Amino acid sequence: MYFLRRLAYMIPLLLIISAVTFLLVHLAPGGPFDKEHAPASPQIKHNLEAKYHLDEPIWKQYLRYVGNLAHGDFGPSLKYRDHSVTDIVRQALPVSMLLGWLAFGFAMGVGLPVGFITALRRGRWQDHIGSILTLLAVCIPGLVVAPILVLVFTIKWRLLPVALWESPFHVILPTVALGLYFAGKIARLFREGMLNTMQMEFVTAARAKGLGENSLLLRHAVRLAVLPVVSYSGPMLADLMTGSFVIEMIFQIPGLGGFFINSALNHDYTMTVGLAVLYATLLIVLNLLVDVAYMMLDPRVKYE
Amino acid sequence: MSDGKVDSSQLRVDGPNSSDRSTVDPQASMSPAKRAWRRFRRNRPALFSTWFLAILLVLVLAWPLALKVASGSAWAKSHAPEQLSDNQFHPPSAQHWFGTDEHGRDVLSRVLYGAQISLLVGFVGALVSLIIGVLWGAIAGSAGRTLDDIMMRIVDVLYSVPSIIFVIVLLTTVGETLKRMPAIKSSPMMSKDLRLFILFVCLGAVSWLTMARIVRGQVLSLRSRPFVDASRALGASPSRILTRHIIPNVFSVVIVYLTLTVPSIVLYESFLSFLGLGIQPPMASWGTLLSEGVEQINAIRIYWWLIVFPGGVLVSTLLALNFLGDGLRDAWDVKGQS
Repeated sequence: MYFLRRLAYMIPLLLIISAVTFLLVHLAPGGPFDKEHAPASPQIKHNLEAKYHLDEPIWKQYLRYVGNLAHGDFGPSLKYRDHSVTDIVRQALPVSMLLGWLAFGFAMGVGLPVGFITALRRGRWQDHIGSILTLLAVCIPGLVVAPILVLVFTIKWRLLPVALWESPFHVILPTVALGLYFAGKIARLFREGMLNTMQMEFVTAARAKGLGENSLLLRHAVRLAVLPVVSYSGPMLADLMTGSFVIEMIFQIPGLGGFFINSALNHDYTMTVGLAVLYATLLIVLNLLVDVAYMMLDPRVKYE
Repeated sequence: MSDGKVDSSQLRVDGPNSSDRSTVDPQASMSPAKRAWRRFRRNRPALFSTWFLAILLVLVLAWPLALKVASGSAWAKSHAPEQLSDNQFHPPSAQHWFGTDEHGRDVLSRVLYGAQISLLVGFVGALVSLIIGVLWGAIAGSAGRTLDDIMMRIVDVLYSVPSIIFVIVLLTTVGETLKRMPAIKSSPMMSKDLRLFILFVCLGAVSWLTMARIVRGQVLSLRSRPFVDASRALGASPSRILTRHIIPNVFSVVIVYLTLTVPSIVLYESFLSFLGLGIQPPMASWGTLLSEGVEQINAIRIYWWLIVFPGGVLVSTLLALNFLGDGLRDAWDVKGQS
């Protein structure tokens, strides 16, 4: 019930978001046809504007836009005029999504084991080394990590391709550059979660009853200790989305980030608003999924 | 930061808090400010970060002065941040510690000038977020149930919206509008300042949410404390309670969180400038320097100093600011959201 209501909240929320971005992009002086290759005559420009209904009052344009959106139609792109926004999204979204999920997987795949080991070996050398490494990972932003990785792995050692998005080898550096920060963050959260959980009474009780250490750790403690990581994944997914703007730019990956920035700079109204709505939808849905996961892991939590 | 300065600010901040400390520790005879200062001083990373930031600040401020004083000399000529020369892509040397870039400009000088912008945006942006956040949180916390619900629901909604989208749209819209205003077209100086101003406001406008939540929580919990009840029973007006009891007690939390907001805004700015949306050339910030460094990546030569030095200074500053914030939090024993 709670989740249905949250889904229902999404609709007014998306309406507000689309209205605000719509208004903002239309408020900017200049139009999508200012930077044409040949200076368009006033007549041509007028015809173009009429074709895309840009000559109507703004509220009418907005209603038309929302009406189309309700049918799943994001409208035509004003900059890439042979393509609809849906076309471009269909092309670029999978790339961005793949990068995002790979980075997410990398962050979890590296962060959780590191957090686990540093917590178990608390105060020993594994813990010290792990803590220093995770601190570094957390403090070096992607826009510094990525160029350094490129310099070392592709220019100096010539192991991996510089840029683009073609073979599995092309995927490695962007994934690491994007995921490193989150790996560090997850390792720290999970370490803290494990340490807190190991001090709880149910752990002592389970030990006293003779439960094996392995089954205690893996089946009982981890489940509770992972909760801070789960609740962090909501903001993390949002940051993965934004972080990928820079990574996509450095590695020249044809994802959504570049399209969004260009559309904002070029007054590509439909594209900017469409992508804003898309990003917001993704974020809201992912956050909802995170809450579902949280509830499944921790039966004490009940959403009202 | 000198010892005396830190101490006095803590006195002011922590003084009113003394009445509601329930923990008794061996240092109970000391004033809370002294205790906080002792804890802070024992925190090596925080102390080290304070020194690092102080030195950086002095360098950033003294560098332009030194260039001005020595103007005319060969050293000043080769180190002016906008001075083009034939000495391109010179690796770090005794003359150019951080090397030179594609136009033969001294990278150290550019990093220090870029620091001015980056730090300015960080501090002013954080102040903007402080003002919005504290006002919002204080009003929500002290107003009635309905208004509180509405205001915090708005915060929840904004949390679920990707802020970067709004910042980008806002920056391009406001930037374009200003670019076309006749008064600004005629004066490049003014457009430069305005550009910065927009950046402050935009970044502050998307960073106040956590501050608002923290302040509201504090205000709510303070309102039900006995000393506030006592004051109310003695006939103090709501505005007096707010200014005399609530605000001074919220102060330490706010300062701690402010210190932690600065690095996030510095990072945000470098991120936007890296994408070409924030600071525009000829102005430089750490973000634009990094993006220039990335542009020079090629398969033949490695100009590592164009990336490592601006990136290194950016990272150490972020690190230092975070350590400082954590140190203040531990010293004041503030329990808020991290």
